[in-house]
Amino acid sequence: MTQMPEGPMNAPTRRRLLAGAAALPFLPRPALAQKRGGRLTVAADSEPPNLNPAIIASNGVFFVASKVIEPLAEADYRAKDGLAPRLATSWEGAADGRSLTFTLRQGVTWHDGKPFSSADVAFSALEVWKKHGNLGRAVFRELEAVETPDANTAIFRFAVPTPAQLIRNALPALTAVVPKHLYEGTDIMRNPANQKLVGTGPFRFAEWRPGEYTRLVRNPAYWDQARPFLNEIVYRVLPDRAAAANALEAEEIQLAAFSAVPLADLDRIAKVPGLKVYSNGYEGLTYQLVVEINHRRKELSDVRVRRAIAHAIDRDFVVRAIFRGFAATSQGPVPKNDRVFHATDVAGYGFNPQRANQLLDEAGYPRGEGGIRFRLRLLPAPFFNETRQFGDYLRQALAAVGIDATIVSNDTPAHLRAVYTDRAFDITVATPVYRGDPAISTTILFQSGLPAGVPFANQYGYENPEVDALIKQAAATIDDAERVRLYNAFQKQVTDDVALVNVAEFSFITVARDNLLNVSNNPRWAVSNWADTGFAD
Amino acid sequence: MAGRRPLALMRRRLIGVVPVFALVVLGAFALLESAPGDAVDAYLAGIGGGDAAQMAALRAEWGLDQGPLPRFLAYISALARLDLGWSTAFGRPVLDVVLARLPNTLLLMGLATLLALSLGSLLGILCGARPGSLQDRTLSLAAIALYAMPGFWLGLVLIVAFSVERRWLPSGGIETVASGLTGWDRAADIGRHLVLPVLSLGLVYMALYLRLMRDGMAELWAQDFVRAARARGMHGARLVLRHVVRNALLPVVTMLGLQSAAMLGGSVVIESVFAIPGLGRLASEAVARRDTPLLLGVMLLSAMVVMLVNLLVDLAYALLDPRVGSGTGG
Repeated sequence: MTQMPEGPMNAPTRRRLLAGAAALPFLPRPALAQKRGGRLTVAADSEPPNLNPAIIASNGVFFVASKVIEPLAEADYRAKDGLAPRLATSWEGAADGRSLTFTLRQGVTWHDGKPFSSADVAFSALEVWKKHGNLGRAVFRELEAVETPDANTAIFRFAVPTPAQLIRNALPALTAVVPKHLYEGTDIMRNPANQKLVGTGPFRFAEWRPGEYTRLVRNPAYWDQARPFLNEIVYRVLPDRAAAANALEAEEIQLAAFSAVPLADLDRIAKVPGLKVYSNGYEGLTYQLVVEINHRRKELSDVRVRRAIAHAIDRDFVVRAIFRGFAATSQGPVPKNDRVFHATDVAGYGFNPQRANQLLDEAGYPRGEGGIRFRLRLLPAPFFNETRQFGDYLRQALAAVGIDATIVSNDTPAHLRAVYTDRAFDITVATPVYRGDPAISTTILFQSGLPAGVPFANQYGYENPEVDALIKQAAATIDDAERVRLYNAFQKQVTDDVALVNVAEFSFITVARDNLLNVSNNPRWAVSNWADTGFAD
Repeated sequence: MAGRRPLALMRRRLIGVVPVFALVVLGAFALLESAPGDAVDAYLAGIGGGDAAQMAALRAEWGLDQGPLPRFLAYISALARLDLGWSTAFGRPVLDVVLARLPNTLLLMGLATLLALSLGSLLGILCGARPGSLQDRTLSLAAIALYAMPGFWLGLVLIVAFSVERRWLPSGGIETVASGLTGWDRAADIGRHLVLPVLSLGLVYMALYLRLMRDGMAELWAQDFVRAARARGMHGARLVLRHVVRNALLPVVTMLGLQSAAMLGGSVVIESVFAIPGLGRLASEAVARRDTPLLLGVMLLSAMVVMLVNLLVDLAYALLDPRVGSGTGG
């Protein structure tokens, strides 16, 4: 996952998860007949040097760390608010939005044998999430104090009214609890426990052999005594594109998540006896395929030109041909699978090259020599095969309406520098992640006035005071329904302005041996704790 | 005399090391410096976002807030104290990271070279013993066909054939994960993992040695000293081995030295295909993550390996051909 910008995902809310629930074969709890023991070897393509999920909320980190270090709650298809309790057993927000009370699980011990208590939660929140969390810093900025009246109660106090809905949606990804006794009084960013993790989870960290594998072993003292089922999880580093599929077929690994088996190989792999393909289990981690537009460029500052670009793209074709059906078309900044926040009354822009041509004519850019109206630099993000392929498609789609786009290819660091620091582009292909609540990492795509260098954010000069006001207002609104209303207005406005062009929403594929049970049984499965996963008897 | 010559050779080589290292460091540094984006950009892509203050703190911590010149000077002065610096991509000292990878690469390169050299020379002798024969033409053609294959493609085909279709050999890795094996069992396990990568890397280069050996021998058959030996009644294997092969070996050994650098390049691809944690793959990761100290560490170590191989080649040369070095005063 070195190549993908990514991050935490969200807890789906209740209504949203019903959609997910209908789509899958459900395994009732307690689970089917999985046996105790066995080693699960999975494909990994990145080795984050800092594995601390309280600092770095990213898929690459969670893939390993979520088995060792636990959040307060995890995403769930069926539970209330879409959340299953982990280190917290219940939570209650105050009416004024100034405090949130967590009741913590009792009888939990750290992997080094020390008892877990509310002091660990208070320390993690104030010293780690708020100060060092790459996304936690924004969400917990107004967290003033955490009171610990007893060992299993933590009361979060906020300086300003804070939506409990936002904090709830942030629980699975942004509340990993780390042990106070190992971090207190140390340089947190350089603490050796960031590599040799110590947590409360079902698996303990055993070893990391750089370039080879990371190994986790069963925690015999896990608070849920019936779990985990597996003895070991081994993450084998497989840098080659073809390696995961080959290793699965050779039965050297039993699972490949995050589309480590490329979509192009899926037809073949699906036919191999003993292998099973899962397309669910990622509802909580939606990636959005978008076209970023540099509003500083004269032609692109005209909304008619931006609308023309939106009309020039055949979204159905993109989903069918590039994503092979494993995606959905998109018209706005909140994905359809978020049934709470997704605005259904945003019409968007259908595929209509004729209308696009008309808009460009109206804007005063007639076709010139060779039928070309103007030229653009197109920078497709190199993160996924699909982003590169869509870049090629976009070039053709724009050529059909008289816009000549030149593709500029960069590797990952060069792309980030060009787009988010140097702003040296006209349009790009990008993949921001929707993390379950628009306030976590979506409004930053539209908010104005950010300093250059902040990645995956509005570096393209979009500026609408109305939108800025909506973002600010929603951030301080504690009523759930009112927040939803404000974010609906926000979606309508940015889509109307074509701040950027939303094209599709996609997630990933998991391929696993069919004797591995309880795979993809929650909306963040790949980055959840796998405590109930095991081999069939 | 014979004892002093290798020493003099080594002394000369060691003096030559300094400018080579300086060039390697300067070149690698300039190359990575000219690539847009730095280690923080690469890091941010992997973590999915962060704010400006965090990024500034990270740049300061990794010394990236300084210009290229101060950073280069700092690197050189640390290097003078044999400190290779800190790898941002792995979060540990560069020396630890590269030393852990070195044995795997040496093993892969060494075995692949051995395979290419021995099999190539052997087949070359078979061809060169009777140039122009059917045997010569068939073997030469087969070798050229192998040489024309890209190593990674050969590797993928071998994986499909011997790991996926028939589960004879592992598809990747250097040894079985956390196997607990020790001693000879572990060596055998590593050996099994190395069969396919060594074949992929070695077979491609084998053709080179075959051609050199064959062509060298073909030329030697017409030489006066060979004809004289024949006239003395020498024939068969003795003639081939003592007079023809020994002389034809010289260009082969020369190629061995030159080839060590190319082999290191080829190992980048083979190590990726077979998921072997070696120096080649490490170099490409260092570039992708703009980890300058790590790349420099890999380059320095690689340069050292190549120079060591060439030193050994020179020594072998002196043994094979007593004329070498005698005229130049050592």
